[in-house]
Amino acid sequence: MAIIDFKHVDKFYGGFHVLKDINFRVNGGEVVVIVGPSGSGKSTLIRTINGLERINDGSLIVDGKDMTDKSTNFNELRRDVGMVFQHFNLYANKTVLENIMLAPRIVLHRPEEENHKEAMRLLEEVNLVEKANSYPHQLSGGQQQRIAIARSLAMKPKVILFDEPTSALDPEMIQDVLDVMKLVAQEGITMVVVTHEMGFAREVGTRVVFLADGEILEDSDPKSFFDHPQTKRARQFLSKVISH
Amino acid sequence: MWQLFTQNWQDFLTGFWHTILSSIIALVFSFILGSGFAILETNPNKFWRGVAKVYVEIFRNIPLLVVTMFFYLVLPKVLPAMNGFTAGTIGLTLYTSAFIAETVRSGLQSVGTGQMEGCLANGLSYWQAMKNVILPQALKITIPPLGNQFINLIKNSSVLAFVAGMDLMYQGDVIASNTFQTIPTYIIVGIFYLILTLPLSYYMQYLEKKLA
Repeated sequence: MAIIDFKHVDKFYGGFHVLKDINFRVNGGEVVVIVGPSGSGKSTLIRTINGLERINDGSLIVDGKDMTDKSTNFNELRRDVGMVFQHFNLYANKTVLENIMLAPRIVLHRPEEENHKEAMRLLEEVNLVEKANSYPHQLSGGQQQRIAIARSLAMKPKVILFDEPTSALDPEMIQDVLDVMKLVAQEGITMVVVTHEMGFAREVGTRVVFLADGEILEDSDPKSFFDHPQTKRARQFLSKVISH
Repeated sequence: MWQLFTQNWQDFLTGFWHTILSSIIALVFSFILGSGFAILETNPNKFWRGVAKVYVEIFRNIPLLVVTMFFYLVLPKVLPAMNGFTAGTIGLTLYTSAFIAETVRSGLQSVGTGQMEGCLANGLSYWQAMKNVILPQALKITIPPLGNQFINLIKNSSVLAFVAGMDLMYQGDVIASNTFQTIPTYIIVGIFYLILTLPLSYYMQYLEKKLA
């Protein structure tokens, strides 16, 4: 069964039709990469999956929960659907360790000792144990993003959404973050990734969705998408992003 | 002047004590009320935003003296009467809370929306996010302007004099009219206010430097 299921989804910002008749589903364990020109609605699309944006029409089922139903508990849903943001959004008033431990403690009521052990294990995984007691502003962008991924993983989610996770980073920081994302993919966590990193899409993605002007124009495996794009719009897009 | 003080020191100290007491009570409750209404003012729910807005606009735009008189003279027509100290302290609390609400609200709004989204996406509820992440950051930003509000609060507590609230200003008025030594009396009253506000003022400047 699909863990994310869009059926005829529309979204408007006032009079602006930002998502047009979106149909697509994501199965457990998939790594779906959403690409497309800026302003095409990629971020809006991914933000509807955890309810940070609401849809206006159609149906969206995430982890068995109806996102258009008023009685759906979004807090509960977000325990299982993590998110990593372009600008990290780490808690500025908390240390790295506290950033990771806060939600498991107050949302999942994980015992303190186990919580700490798990947080330290995650810090090891993202290779930042020595930063446990630093504050976010003392870290580089790449380090902050790896902490943000660790924070998300601490909730043991079924799905993690990545909204342009490397777009705000200096070029030399990008690879470290992509490496951590590869680890996440290997753990079998379902991933939906909005990114401009075509190398990542090709190598790690199980599927590529091409979005332009709020419409899904292509939805295929990475190899077909990059080698034989079906639409003119996708060919234009690829020629621009691959050429540099 | 020294003689005036030694002859009336008990009355001055009684006034001083009531000013301190009223200020502390008003400070605690106006801070709680003000922070509460600030949170409502930034709430996603339109209804609560409206309620908070009405509250703040009412108490921010009516003179403190009028608010106080309302509790001292108008409310007793329907409710049991209260003494001047109580009426004055309630007026002071509500009046100050509107200003504190505005101060804390601007602090809350200066914490980027990314912080709230980070919390929500991590599974925290709105209130958990407020308590653990947003409010602590907002309060840190608002410490210097809050300090100013607290200094204003202490000075504004002199409104109690109008409703026989036993405070410093009230005692000063009584002493001045009994002894006819108007100028020395009010100099002593002024010194007592400075004893309260100057250390607070310096402490706020120190905090401001430390947090900057």
